[in-house]
Amino acid sequence: MSLVERQEMMDQDVAVWNGGMGSVSDYVALLKPRVMSLVIFTAFVGLMLAPGSLHPVLGGVAILCIAIGAGASGALNMWYDADIDKVMSRTQKRPIPAGKITPDEALAFGVTLSIGSVVTLGLLVNWFAGAFLAFTIFFYVVVYTMWLKRSTPQNIVIGGAAGAFPPMIGWAAVTGGVSLESFALFLITFVWTPPHFWALALVKNGDYQAAKIPMLPVVAGEVSTRHHILAYSLLLAPVGVAPYFLGFAGPVYGVVSAVFGITFIALAADVWRKREGAEARGACMRLFKFSIFYLFMLFALLLGESLVAGV
Amino acid sequence: MPEQNEGITLTEEQKKKRRGRSIAIAVVLAALVVLFYVVTIIKLGPGVINRTW
Repeated sequence: MSLVERQEMMDQDVAVWNGGMGSVSDYVALLKPRVMSLVIFTAFVGLMLAPGSLHPVLGGVAILCIAIGAGASGALNMWYDADIDKVMSRTQKRPIPAGKITPDEALAFGVTLSIGSVVTLGLLVNWFAGAFLAFTIFFYVVVYTMWLKRSTPQNIVIGGAAGAFPPMIGWAAVTGGVSLESFALFLITFVWTPPHFWALALVKNGDYQAAKIPMLPVVAGEVSTRHHILAYSLLLAPVGVAPYFLGFAGPVYGVVSAVFGITFIALAADVWRKREGAEARGACMRLFKFSIFYLFMLFALLLGESLVAGV
Repeated sequence: MPEQNEGITLTEEQKKKRRGRSIAIAVVLAALVVLFYVVTIIKLGPGVINRTW
């Protein structure tokens, strides 16, 4: 074989690899930064409200670990859901369906960050909080993403627990355990999640239908979804005020959370009444946007009151 | 016959992206070293120099 022939053979054998195309910003996108910001905020509130003290640096480490753990869950969720992300308009531009990161790369990234965040939280803060974070990642990735999301219209009701755990982990970072107060913080996000997502699901119904995800509007119909939204809103209003009655929130929180709870119910009733066309769509989007504001304000008030009380 | 080159040849774009990721990983590792150092000092305090052996 001549040298020229050998070179030609080698050129033909050079493998083309479609991986390695992800930039740092693509990997950051895998962490779902917007979801992460909510997790950071609620975990921080849990940490600040907890009785006892934690060195500020260790508090920062706890928040960082919870945030990275949440990001790792997001990456593993995108790894598993790449097929449906490709179909839905809302998720088509995510790094895997866009071809910037391969599923294997996302899996490796997610697993590495999951282990790293859990071990760091355990070693530097406490192992109860570390184990709680591990359970939360497991719950979001395995229970919600792999199991419930594609099999039951109650997917986000139970899966919502994963998004509601962060304030409990923040609390556990300080106290090394759980309590009625931290459970109340969990319950707010847990009961808030279904009406928040179903309001959006009513608008994005076509997307979920195309992706064959059994969201409530797809399986039970839009009327039933509206009943569910209203029922959960009626439950959310008292749950939102609970911190006041449990004695770890002040009167300002009590009044504002009650007013916001009533507003939530009023907007849910609007969604229930308006069932056709742009009017219905507008009502759903108003509830969806207000729900984000509602959750943010409740936790911000809890934080504000604890800071004022601490001065 | 001599062994064929079966390696993957990266494109310029892939090399550029890899460099960016490598720098990010280096920064994260350096930050972790600093973090573990600081936390060790915080956790042990003055005890860090009080060895019992």
